[in-house]
Amino acid sequence: MNAIVFDKVWKEYGDHVVLEQINLEIVERSFVALVGPSGCGKTTFLRMLLGEERPTRGSILVDGLPLKAEPDADRGVVFQRYSVFPHLTVLGNVIIGREFERAGAFGRLFGRARKQAEEEARELLSAVGLAGQEEKYPSALSGGMQQRLALAQALMRRPKVLLLDEPFGALDPGIRSDIHVLMRRIWNESSLTVVMVTHDLSEAFELGTRIIAFERPRNRPEELERYGARLSADIPAPPPSAPAIPKGATVTKDIEIWPKKVAGSPGVLTRHGHSAPRS
Amino acid sequence: MRAINYRPDKTWRLALAFLPFALLLLTYIIASDIRLSENPNDKLLPSFAKMGEAIDAYAFKPDPRTGDHLLWNDTSASLTRLVIGLAISTAFALVLGIVIGLLPVMGATLGPVVSVLSMVPPLALLPILFIVMGLGEASKITLIVVGTSLKLIRDIALRVADIPREQLIKAQTLGASTSQIALRVVLPQILPRLIDSVRLEIGPAWLFLIAAEAIAADSGLGYRIFLVRRYLSMDVILPYVVWITLLAFLMDLGLRLLQRRAFPWFAEARTA
Repeated sequence: MNAIVFDKVWKEYGDHVVLEQINLEIVERSFVALVGPSGCGKTTFLRMLLGEERPTRGSILVDGLPLKAEPDADRGVVFQRYSVFPHLTVLGNVIIGREFERAGAFGRLFGRARKQAEEEARELLSAVGLAGQEEKYPSALSGGMQQRLALAQALMRRPKVLLLDEPFGALDPGIRSDIHVLMRRIWNESSLTVVMVTHDLSEAFELGTRIIAFERPRNRPEELERYGARLSADIPAPPPSAPAIPKGATVTKDIEIWPKKVAGSPGVLTRHGHSAPRS
Repeated sequence: MRAINYRPDKTWRLALAFLPFALLLLTYIIASDIRLSENPNDKLLPSFAKMGEAIDAYAFKPDPRTGDHLLWNDTSASLTRLVIGLAISTAFALVLGIVIGLLPVMGATLGPVVSVLSMVPPLALLPILFIVMGLGEASKITLIVVGTSLKLIRDIALRVADIPREQLIKAQTLGASTSQIALRVVLPQILPRLIDSVRLEIGPAWLFLIAAEAIAADSGLGYRIFLVRRYLSMDVILPYVVWITLLAFLMDLGLRLLQRRAFPWFAEARTA
């Protein structure tokens, strides 16, 4: 099991409350899509899951243990931009994961170890539709291909959790639907829990097994109480007409997708149309 | 059509690039002719024939007193100092810049002191260097190192900090250690940028070299032009200045070509 549990998590930057009272359990092999308006804390949530940011209060547990305080190989990530290394070829970008794992301080593999890593990388590349592009530099690839490369790169270390930060947001619709097919196949075939931030609702419903919506509600009684508690007891809580106090977002909607998608079952792939990769 | 939309084609570009050089040359020839027609012994603006004689004497005939070919002797002395100085500077900048830019603790420790030291005018340190290290090669090379390395360190540290946060996170999620990130992610991306920074420091390096040679040396391009200044030998000084400029230009060109040849991904990523 690698269930991820958010236990009463708050995130504040100074006085600015970004997220509050997040209680959430993500079960193994689910595909969670995080949606919500800009600035509502979706990315902050993902960063906490990544270990890049720590919750101000509360705790995040993975398999019952507190999350490590820095990013590591358990959690792979694909960002919208800058996900691949511009100075490495396509092949080098995928091999580097194995090199970090097996090689010492210099991070380079030679001889048989490198051959083996290279073979694995080529397999992974052809699985994401990048066969024949091995020697190119990322700048020579289209946006869709770069994201395919970023996926292959992240999968090389076989992470248990894959975090996606608006990974397909900058792609054309046609290329996006191709990469959705790929994404669904990857999730289905490898033992992955995926958490994806997106601002595209249809993408969230198409890929996710579960949608979590973030929202910044105003004037919720418990928030007033919170801010009131910071003032002295005699001062009344600000009236509704007072300047808006920054408020955190909470999980407002938690939607289970129907019909149910289960990773590893053949239905997941056949229900949606296939098409050959275009990007 | 608006001025911003006039784009010269390749031939025009070449012609336009040559135009200012031709004008400079023409201005000199005319001015020199005017002065020489008034006084054939004028030393301020010597004719090209005169300069040719000087070049011949300095570059292709052994010096009657020492038996050396002075120009080549001076060039090799100067270039040795310059290249050693710049190489030491570059090595410092690479190590300290990456350490300061990548490790917050080192940035907090060394960042401020490097910023303050880079404000010390290097030429003001020259007397100290001469006193402490003597008048030999070491003090001249040290001046170049002091004059160029601090700015290079700051520059490299900033460029390391400019590497997108996403890449460092990504490397960590691939299991990279700090030294692996430094060597496989940061260093290779910094090298082409280092070349850019070093190119910009070639000018200052020459400045410090010539200043040091002018004050205390027995050979070198800077030494020579300050020596012959006593005899108003413009026919030697002018070719030497052109030669120094040419050397600096060729160093710049060489580094640019090296960057393009060694880091093909860099130019692609920059234009993309």
